[in-house]
Amino acid sequence: MSGHSSHPDYLGHHYDTPEQQFDSGSLGMWLFLATEVLLFAGLFCAYAIYRSHHPEIFLYAHQYLDKNMGALNTAVLIFSSFTMAMAVRMAQLGKNNHVVTLLTITLLCGFGFLGVKKVEYEAKWKHGLLWGKKFHPEEHSAGAHGTEALHDAGVTTAAGVTTAAGVATAAGGAGASHDTGASHDAAAMPAGATDHGAAPATGGSTAAPVGINPANADPMAVRSNIAPPPAGPAGLAENAFEPKQKVNSHATPKERPSNVHIFFGIYFLMTGLHGVHVIAGMSAIAWVLWRTMKGHFSAQYSTPVHLVGLYWHLVDLVWIYLFPLLYLVG
Amino acid sequence: MSANHTTYGGGTPGAPAWEQDNYLNHTHGLKSWLTTLDHKRIGLMYLICILASFLLGGLFALLVRTEHLTPGRTIVDADLYNQYFTLHGAVMIFLFIIPGIPAALGNFVLPLMLGAKDVAFPRLNLTSWYLWVIGAIFSVVTIALGGVDTGWTFYTPYSTTTATHVIPVTLGVFILGFSSIFTGLNFIVTIHKLRPKGMTWFKMPLFLWAVYATALIQVLATPVLGITLLLLIAERAMGIGIFDPALGGDPVLFQHFFWFYSHPAVYIMILPAMGVISEVIAPFSRKTIFGYKFIAYSSIAIAAFGFLVWGHHMFTSGQSALGNMLFSALTFSVSIPSAIKVFNWLSTMYKGSISLKTPMLYALAFMFLFGIGGLTGLFLGALAVDVHLHDTYFVVAHFHYVMFGGTVIAFLAGLHYWWPKMFGRMYSEKWGAVACALIFIGFNVTFFTQFVLGSQGMPRRYYNYLPMYTSYHQISTVGSYIMGLGFVICAIYLAHSLLAGKKAAANPWGSVTLEWRTPPIPPHDNFDKTPLAGDPYDYSQVRWDAKTGGYVWVDEQSSAAVAG
Ligand SMILES: [Cu+2]
Repeated sequence: MSGHSSHPDYLGHHYDTPEQQFDSGSLGMWLFLATEVLLFAGLFCAYAIYRSHHPEIFLYAHQYLDKNMGALNTAVLIFSSFTMAMAVRMAQLGKNNHVVTLLTITLLCGFGFLGVKKVEYEAKWKHGLLWGKKFHPEEHSAGAHGTEALHDAGVTTAAGVTTAAGVATAAGGAGASHDTGASHDAAAMPAGATDHGAAPATGGSTAAPVGINPANADPMAVRSNIAPPPAGPAGLAENAFEPKQKVNSHATPKERPSNVHIFFGIYFLMTGLHGVHVIAGMSAIAWVLWRTMKGHFSAQYSTPVHLVGLYWHLVDLVWIYLFPLLYLVG
Repeated sequence: MSANHTTYGGGTPGAPAWEQDNYLNHTHGLKSWLTTLDHKRIGLMYLICILASFLLGGLFALLVRTEHLTPGRTIVDADLYNQYFTLHGAVMIFLFIIPGIPAALGNFVLPLMLGAKDVAFPRLNLTSWYLWVIGAIFSVVTIALGGVDTGWTFYTPYSTTTATHVIPVTLGVFILGFSSIFTGLNFIVTIHKLRPKGMTWFKMPLFLWAVYATALIQVLATPVLGITLLLLIAERAMGIGIFDPALGGDPVLFQHFFWFYSHPAVYIMILPAMGVISEVIAPFSRKTIFGYKFIAYSSIAIAAFGFLVWGHHMFTSGQSALGNMLFSALTFSVSIPSAIKVFNWLSTMYKGSISLKTPMLYALAFMFLFGIGGLTGLFLGALAVDVHLHDTYFVVAHFHYVMFGGTVIAFLAGLHYWWPKMFGRMYSEKWGAVACALIFIGFNVTFFTQFVLGSQGMPRRYYNYLPMYTSYHQISTVGSYIMGLGFVICAIYLAHSLLAGKKAAANPWGSVTLEWRTPPIPPHDNFDKTPLAGDPYDYSQVRWDAKTGGYVWVDEQSSAAVAG
């Protein structure tokens, strides 16, 4: 500012050299990334605590996440990290045309990620697979719900495919709730039931016994308000599954030990916070894209591209942890 | 760095150059302040804001104390009382103490001490200030809506069930948290990258070590508070079942998350205070600081230990016995670096030539009060004793001795120490001493009494109390009025100083850190030429100059003589 003949425009007046400015910017961004990691760390910590206290919730509920969608998004973000890294390199070389192309691709990847996420969220919303108080899966037509479970059961061939699966086909008779995907649902169900039974510590779970004892008609009775009671052996499979959901319903607060909604609460918090970061990252990319097109950067100075690149990599990295932790439990 | 202009502004005969062009009058108008990137102006803007917050928090404190003049209702009912103590705590902690020394005094002083023109990211610095303002607006909105009554700790499950306005205030604190994070980040980078030639880490003024350690905590702990508050908001608004036991959540998890930030936050509050004391003790003893490296390292040690002791707030929350023992032992270990600092300050004073100017008076008050605050912390860190004292007035007295007797007193020491540099004016030493004495006496009357109350079993935050506590409560309330009077006097003579104070010399105290190399009021750009850093505590670098009523630098004198 004050008459340095060698003070280029891009250099802040309080810096002596471009190197000093670049180093300061990088250190600042790394520190900021550290705070971002710590922000997510709180959620990872909550995840770890609830997962270790209630593994059955996670094993059961993760099946309702769509692994294919998750994997697709992982691929999209990894690819976008690659294009971002290339953009930073090209910026350093001063090849601004390439930078514009690469940043645009990165930005489009961001939109792609959000689009897939939207599809996933909508499916959850439709089936009432939401957090805490909003978790009302049984109130929704479980047609698509079943399809989702179908996905998962198909892909994972989940842990507990037991004899119940065979009987379960008839559970389609459970009507409203489980028409199309019933058999697949059932395939996944016993896993839930077993887990549930395995963790009575969470508070007086009666689900497992009910599941294997068709004679116990009590939950059935309650259930029948919502769907026609299945007859015969079908009831067995139906039972194996339904208490799982039923105990989450608000009608029976005493029997809420399984608390499956906690998984969805954590899922929405983690992916939601991450989504906010994706949007922030995309805004930053749009900003450097605009500046590149305006010709603000050159081989001598492209620090903002570099810093935004660092940020975008962190956003991707967080997802790389979220994907297995949420989608690939087991 | 190449040098250029050596005069500031036009040069009307009579007025010295620094009066015609300095950072206060470099540009004019409200807009030039609200859009300024100058760290000194941002520091002043923080100062004004946090002093307003201090006034607000102080008024709530006086209301709380007044309510306790009699058992039962004195002036307000219980619900309002709950809001008063909550707002007193929240305003004082989040709006005043945490940003107090680093953001207000630190912003002003830190680049000057480094011989730099500004902090590393001036725009981010201004952003921090705006975030502070937005956070403060949320708090004011909360008050306008009808307050909040959870206590400043927002413990679940009460905070997820109370009908008062938890969400706006927690959002406000969340935003204030990011203000604090960005300030810390800025300071870390500034200290790393903008130190002048000759200033190695161990030639930095100790205030910078303290601010650096503070900034580390700000950056590493505050995000956890941020996510905790987001979770609390999500729990309250959406019922996610993380903290709410009715939904399968764990309310004690909230306490863990909260204290993982809020214990280190205690050091965000006290470390910069210790830094101020290190800066004040040495020049007013005319002696180099004793045990420089120990003081520097102990700041880092306090910051590091501070992350490992949060569980001492939860001895009675059903933590495991092993956890309690570990947290207790670690808590004791924090006292070691703190004590090292106190011993070093005392040794600095030993055989020094002590001048009892107002900043030094506050520094002495700090050592006395922080000593009591720190030692009573050990009572509370001891498991068996804590069971008796937990959530009593003993705890209230303890943390006021640390937070008020420590941080606020050090803030006052720093304010009086750097006042001449900020405004180019001196204040009345006589009234300074009177106010300091009143605050010191009033403080002890208020809070020493509360140690007694607490050890006799008076629980904190209660609206009502047994008649046996009446006289203690009354003494305590009278003490708070004495303190209030001290602050009123302080405000009056400082205002007088601004308007009609004696003009300050460039270096009235004879300190040798770099900020005292600038003219009485620093220019917009701080230094024409990056100054060469010497030993920050070698007082042979300056000598008294009766003509200017301040100290002058020996090297500048001799070079001026050569030039002349
Ligand atoms: Cu603590």
